[in-house]
Amino acid sequence: MKNKIFVTISFVLFAFCFAVFYLGLQKPNIYTPKLDKQIELPNFAGNDFFSGEKVISDNLLKKNSYYIINIWASWCIPCRAEHSFLMALKNKNFNLLGINYKDNNSNAQSFLNELGNPYSKILSDKNGVTSIELGAYGVPETFIVSKEKKIIKKIIGPIDNENFNEILELIK
Amino acid sequence: MKKLILFITFFIFLSNNYLLAVDKPSELENKIFKNLRCLICQGQSIYDSQSDFAESMKIVVRKNLEAGMSEKDIYQFMKKNYGEWVLYNPEINKRTYILWSLPIILFVIGGAIIIRKLGVFKR
Repeated sequence: MKNKIFVTISFVLFAFCFAVFYLGLQKPNIYTPKLDKQIELPNFAGNDFFSGEKVISDNLLKKNSYYIINIWASWCIPCRAEHSFLMALKNKNFNLLGINYKDNNSNAQSFLNELGNPYSKILSDKNGVTSIELGAYGVPETFIVSKEKKIIKKIIGPIDNENFNEILELIK
Repeated sequence: MKKLILFITFFIFLSNNYLLAVDKPSELENKIFKNLRCLICQGQSIYDSQSDFAESMKIVVRKNLEAGMSEKDIYQFMKKNYGEWVLYNPEINKRTYILWSLPIILFVIGGAIIIRKLGVFKR
């Protein structure tokens, strides 16, 4: 009798572990952050790309306007791919803020000369601190910031056609 | 032989110089680094990683410590930006009760089985 209980319990335990691990296998093991609630835009600081002046987010962001914050670098190949989308977003009814991540100024400058400058303002982020303060996961990354200064969308990786239409839908 | 000795002296001198020049992270810094997950290589802590984002995170941790934030404040700061996932030690809350209590329960059950099998309390 005792033996029977022991065998049943071990079998149930084994089946349970098997089910957990089997289901775990199906899950992708790369974490992608969910953005189910709107996060308040954190405070951040950086230096102006052109003048080198220190800029604080409170002074930089105007009230009552949408912002798109794009983290880019001249050494980042996917940034090159998404640049045409950013150029198409230029001069719309929002501000495009660029964050130049761990880049060499002259390389970044020639990147902009070659592909155009869609940004109304660029902050240079030499040691990557600004990007961490913003909560970025990699380069390129794009944040859509609402008028209430909440992040309403995070695009990790280059912007594609689908994202582009979504941005236009979000900011009307 | 002379050349060799000269070379070794020079080598030791230079490597010493290098070791002194690198500012070593303090114990507290290392402890925090080990508890923060690297964003790029997700199985590693930023202590182990040398990716660009991990290096930036280390700078942010140092900066915040210098600004007078405590270890807990830094975890809160990172959690706010990246979610609880970024911390290696999950907090105790409703969703993690089982996670924290299961090892203890298993330990107690296992102990009980062993004691019974060995018959420690049997006369």
